[in-house]
Amino acid sequence: MDRTTIDLWVGVFVALGVAALLGLAMKVGNLTSNKLGDTYSVSAAFENIGGLKPNAPVKSAGVVVGRVTDINFDSKSYEAVVTIKIDKRFEFPKDTFANIYTAGLLGEQYLGLEAGGEDDVLKNGDKITQTQDAVVLEKMISQFLYSKASETDPKTDAPASEKDSGDAKSTELGDAPF
Amino acid sequence: MKSTLLIGLANLLRGIGRRMIERIWRLGAGARLFFLTIIYSGESFRRFHLTLREIYFTGVMSLLIIIVSAFFVGMVLGLQGYNTLQKYGSSEAIGVLVALSLVRELGPVVTALLFAGRAGTAITAEIGLMKTTEQLSAMEMMAVNPIARVVAPRFWAGVISMPILAALFSMVGVLGGYLVAVPLIGVDHGAFWSQMQASVDVREDIINGVIKSVVFGVACTMIALFEGFDAPPTAEGVSHATTRTVVISSLTVLALDFVLTSFMITV
Repeated sequence: MDRTTIDLWVGVFVALGVAALLGLAMKVGNLTSNKLGDTYSVSAAFENIGGLKPNAPVKSAGVVVGRVTDINFDSKSYEAVVTIKIDKRFEFPKDTFANIYTAGLLGEQYLGLEAGGEDDVLKNGDKITQTQDAVVLEKMISQFLYSKASETDPKTDAPASEKDSGDAKSTELGDAPF
Repeated sequence: MKSTLLIGLANLLRGIGRRMIERIWRLGAGARLFFLTIIYSGESFRRFHLTLREIYFTGVMSLLIIIVSAFFVGMVLGLQGYNTLQKYGSSEAIGVLVALSLVRELGPVVTALLFAGRAGTAITAEIGLMKTTEQLSAMEMMAVNPIARVVAPRFWAGVISMPILAALFSMVGVLGGYLVAVPLIGVDHGAFWSQMQASVDVREDIINGVIKSVVFGVACTMIALFEGFDAPPTAEGVSHATTRTVVISSLTVLALDFVLTSFMITV
């Protein structure tokens, strides 16, 4: 085969490969949607961050305004210190509230910011003081079951108390959660 | 009676030992060929048309099989993924499933397996036949280094072609999955792409996939070259070498995939 034809075909082949890689990066990957301009860093302390991970989105009113850059454990206060970077275009008051939410029932966790009313805005290196921890599903379920058990206890206790109450109570407690 | 049993046992042990030694010898000879190829690969860049010619044979000629199989793999992923995901009411996540499984695993691995079958066997048979017909010895007689003239261009052609083919495989596979999910089944167009873009990371998924395909390219091409170079100069020897290329390449790719994945996935 002619050398120029081979060159042409190899050129087409390489161009196809580059196009496929670019397509993967642009259309399949997050190269286009990951853009944050200049940012400033803010930290917030949480007692429990649940499943929050670095690079998780920071949202306000549902719009992505930043990303989680770093998660550390403070061994003095036994709290998780979450560092986030927020786009410089968005300014938040000093008394902004930071929550950890879950997208959907079992989805990814993200950090939600709710603006406060103060005039001073958060600057680089500031700390958000008002935080709310992540909802841990197991804790919620156990709380629910506990309140359910204490709710049903007095009702079932009343007829049981006529007879020997100690015996009936133990079986009721055993049955209550499930 | 007892002595025949002992002799049989000794022969068994001897056989195992001989096979082990031969395997280790082949590994060493393969590594030596690899280093020689790297050392003598200056020629394949100075006379780049040699390498271009091999890229044409290993890369361009493999395009059809890669694109067609990628298309079908993507469509099957779309169908199977939808079937399972809709049970959990999250059929929009099908884009994520198709893209991640193609970019991370199926793209590099299936491409490498097809590459071993399509290009690797051709390389082994060609070099084996060159050896059988004493073309390699003739080159040596003319003071032409066969490693620089024959082996190195094929090696670099394989290493360059593999990542390109794998990237094409992933892209065409995603398009195949899209074709099944959106026009055929009726998953929402926007949700398909946006969920995919939200969870596929360029560095962690796409670049890692490219790294995998480069490693597979080196392994597949090197195995094919070594088997051809090492083949006994008979018709039977070349046929055995070609078979071994496919078997060893496939096993190596799958084993390397596990090793690379365990490096890349940090828990």
